[in-house]
Amino acid sequence: MAEASTDKLAFELVSPERVLASVHADMVVVPGEDGDFGVLVEHAPLLSLLRPGVISIYQGQQVEQRIFVEGGFAEVNPKGLIVLAEAAAPMGELNLDDARQSLKDAEEDLGDARDPTEPERERLERAITVARARVEALEFQG
Amino acid sequence: MPSLKELRGRIGSVKQTQKITSAMKLVAASKLKRAQEQAEASRPFALKMSAMLANLAAGVRDLPGAPPLLAGSGKEETHLIVVATSDRGLCGGFNSSIVRAVRRRIAELLDAGKAVKIICIGRKGRDMLRREHGKLIIEFVDGVAGKRRMEYADAALVAQKILDLYAAGEFDVCSIIFNRFKSAVTQIVTLQQIVPVEPPAPVEDTAAASQAEGGAIYEFEPDEEQILSELLPRNLAVQIFGALVENAASEQGARMAAMDNATRNAGEMIRKLTLRYNRQRQAQITKELIEIISGAEAAVG
Repeated sequence: MAEASTDKLAFELVSPERVLASVHADMVVVPGEDGDFGVLVEHAPLLSLLRPGVISIYQGQQVEQRIFVEGGFAEVNPKGLIVLAEAAAPMGELNLDDARQSLKDAEEDLGDARDPTEPERERLERAITVARARVEALEFQG
Repeated sequence: MPSLKELRGRIGSVKQTQKITSAMKLVAASKLKRAQEQAEASRPFALKMSAMLANLAAGVRDLPGAPPLLAGSGKEETHLIVVATSDRGLCGGFNSSIVRAVRRRIAELLDAGKAVKIICIGRKGRDMLRREHGKLIIEFVDGVAGKRRMEYADAALVAQKILDLYAAGEFDVCSIIFNRFKSAVTQIVTLQQIVPVEPPAPVEDTAAASQAEGGAIYEFEPDEEQILSELLPRNLAVQIFGALVENAASEQGARMAAMDNATRNAGEMIRKLTLRYNRQRQAQITKELIEIISGAEAAVG
């Protein structure tokens, strides 16, 4: 973990395969299950689920980096903010056409599935939610 | 007694083999480096996830509504064993030591009157277990162990299968057997229980930090149970991924050691054969000289 700093928030984004980001930021906005929330330094300890969405890293008033995550967990502790995400990609690496295509594919997958079992249906629906969030994030960014 | 020509042939073929084994050793060494890096890179996630889990699980474990992945199914009748081996051989005792541990475990469980099911990841383990325990193997996951780079998605798929089986009540306890990577020459066969989740000991930095803060109280969003129900299945995938990554590094380490040995043995063999070859060549020359001399003497006499 990055060394402690008093006025900045230590932020880490970790995927199962590697540490994707480890920075000090002024604020990080995270897509929580019940709505986005911003984390500043010395935020109260918190554990939250994340929905698929965009993490924005702020330096001063500016968004320095935007990263799309497919859900995961956020933990705020006295040391900083840790986000565990199974899959994540910087917004710059995504493109709208691919995202739309994968949304279409995901919807077709659900349509094609002949009487899926309950867990299967959940999985397919989740894939759609992720794909839709990705399209929305990209459209919003313009 | 082999002829000179035969000996020459054998020396040549051992030399060829030595070239191959030493090349394999170098390849394994470079793959080992990559696998080790990956093992290192995947550690933070696993550590943080088990720290999170430790924070959560402590409070929920003994409640009546605790999720079955944590609390267990209340029985211990059917055991599922996930056997992680490699797809390729020529790596010393790597696969056979895993399979030996599996056989022992199966015998123990069967003796105790439990049922056993097996999922094989990696071709070698399946091949070695098929003859004796073919009926117990319910699933073979192909094309994962041989990858140049382990992918989390593969582990997630395996985890999903296990979860589906668990939900269907197909087993009560699940453990994974793999080789933990200690060093390039030492791998430790490890049996790790993954369902129900063994409570991770709260030792990681977050736990230490929360103690320092006088047991910091976390806020949960949406609530503890829901987070836990998301966290537990993922934790399963992470543990399997961790085992696979460790296994991949161990495999290359074992292969490197085995090939190093083979190269050294080949060197030794070449030395011995060469010695024999030279001796025999000299004996032949001596013999021919004697024949000439005695022939000449006979002619003179």
